[in-house]
Amino acid sequence: MAKTISQILLDTPKVDKVGVEERVARIQTRSVKGPSKSQGLKMVLNMIDLTTLEGKDTQGKVRQMCYKAHHLHDAIPNLPAVAAVCVYPSMVKLAKKELRNTQVKIASVSTAFPSGQAPLEVKIIDTKFAVDNGADEIDMVISRGRFLQGEFQYVYDEIAQIKEACGKARLKVILETGELATLDNVRLASDIAIHAGADFIKTSTGKIQPAATMQVTYTMLMAIQDHFAETGNMIGMKPAGGISTAKLALHNLIMVKEVLGDDWLTNEWFRFGASSLANDVLMQIIKNESGYYASPDYISID
Amino acid sequence: MSRIEVLKTYKVYIGGQFPRTESGRYHTITSKKGEPLANVCLCSRKDVRNAVVAARKAQGAWAERAAFNRGQILYRIAEMLEGRKSQFIEELLSLGFTQKNAQTEIDLSIERLVYYAGWCDKYNQIVSSVNPVSSAHFNFSTCEPMGVIGIIADNNSPLLGLISSLAPAIAGGNTVVVLSSVDYPLNAVTFAEVLHASDVPGGVVNILTGSLHETAPTLASHMDINAFVASNISHEFSTSLQLNAVDNLKRFFHYTIDWNQQNSQGLHFIGDLQEVKTTWHPIEQIGGATSSY
Repeated sequence: MAKTISQILLDTPKVDKVGVEERVARIQTRSVKGPSKSQGLKMVLNMIDLTTLEGKDTQGKVRQMCYKAHHLHDAIPNLPAVAAVCVYPSMVKLAKKELRNTQVKIASVSTAFPSGQAPLEVKIIDTKFAVDNGADEIDMVISRGRFLQGEFQYVYDEIAQIKEACGKARLKVILETGELATLDNVRLASDIAIHAGADFIKTSTGKIQPAATMQVTYTMLMAIQDHFAETGNMIGMKPAGGISTAKLALHNLIMVKEVLGDDWLTNEWFRFGASSLANDVLMQIIKNESGYYASPDYISID
Repeated sequence: MSRIEVLKTYKVYIGGQFPRTESGRYHTITSKKGEPLANVCLCSRKDVRNAVVAARKAQGAWAERAAFNRGQILYRIAEMLEGRKSQFIEELLSLGFTQKNAQTEIDLSIERLVYYAGWCDKYNQIVSSVNPVSSAHFNFSTCEPMGVIGIIADNNSPLLGLISSLAPAIAGGNTVVVLSSVDYPLNAVTFAEVLHASDVPGGVVNILTGSLHETAPTLASHMDINAFVASNISHEFSTSLQLNAVDNLKRFFHYTIDWNQQNSQGLHFIGDLQEVKTTWHPIEQIGGATSSY
């Protein structure tokens, strides 16, 4: 049973910032080597939402990215495909066509991404448009302005209505943590999103810095863990923005494993939103196989 | 009461910053009397990797700078080095150099920088050409920097060897990762401080210290290094490094040379680290007039 907003406000714990930083720092001292590293890197590839969200996106760019989504680096056999491609609603139809007969899902941002500053009706139309064009997943943004004004009920209802507009598509709720200022706000926004019907909670749009810091991701993972302990329902997590190196991605995986456990280590429950991460991971995989440090000159551009 | 001297920590130079080696290992450089002079970083392959990333990041912008401006910056390095001459000489004296040899080493280093500073906006005109072809094309060849260059500085020359390999590379718009002299690394690190104060953008020059047998093969085999320069290393070591360099067909130059000689500087040191781009530009035959190119 979903909680009401007043219940959420009562139940949401305060975040111990110093504690979070210490735990994250400990996780970042881990070093993954050898076969575990190879396995981890391939897992990272399989969890990526390959993303292009630019005003300058052309059909050619989207087509090329869709090809890359399931041909990451053909010189190495048996590499996994990425989990999904993430595009603007206007590109969903094209992406759907390019990725027919593959396992790669289509995610679309919606609700006037990235600002979210549009009337609710427009956001619902935006969402339905993407779903009707074949989006498997919807990445919505919350109204950060309303949240910071204390209109939590509005934020809650908005998420619930977008969830309804999604139909069968899975809903990822972007909190845009870089604009929420404190970890307490991040935790509260996470709890609101989870109870309003999010299938995934996601850190950022990638347009605002700081984006997916380990501290923020950890705070959101804790919200997911508490919800699971309380209800037994799993919620997915997607850090996005700023994760551009293989090392940082592996640290994120370690954190997910330690906080949530093995069940979350699949692309059904954990994703990376990234554009340049895939190439860095590929370079590490090439290094592991050849023994030489790799060069981006030999990998397709993203 | 006698004063205890404050010894300097010699760190490495990567991307315009002075981090400690990623490996956390050091070795001690001693004076000719056997007294410890300084701890110097024993770099690992991960330092090499970080340095190459920094050099690659800096390369595009460095190559796009006006040639004249690169010349100004090289000249600025010479100016700054002149101002800190005594520090370099002191380091050499403590390592057992004679006053005369130390003086010559630093003087020649400064002069070599000025020499290559002058070439920055001139080499391209001289090395480039307009080529005769038997078709209606304007055909010309110009130089472009190779990219990121790996350098093994001459082990027997604390500063002059390093500068003689480094200056022609950066004069031509390349960025470099330098493995300093193993026996005399102090001047190399102090020189990094000079670079840092000379308008050289971070990442254009990266200087690592430590054992060549650990770092050089990693640098030579790195796929993101475009050319490799070594001087006065053994024949066996040179052969093994060339084998490492095969995979991405890097250019490999091994100079056997005395850097004190007049002929140890020249245009060909810049030219070795340039790619030649030839352009075929269609021209129209107008009114029967023929073009001589």
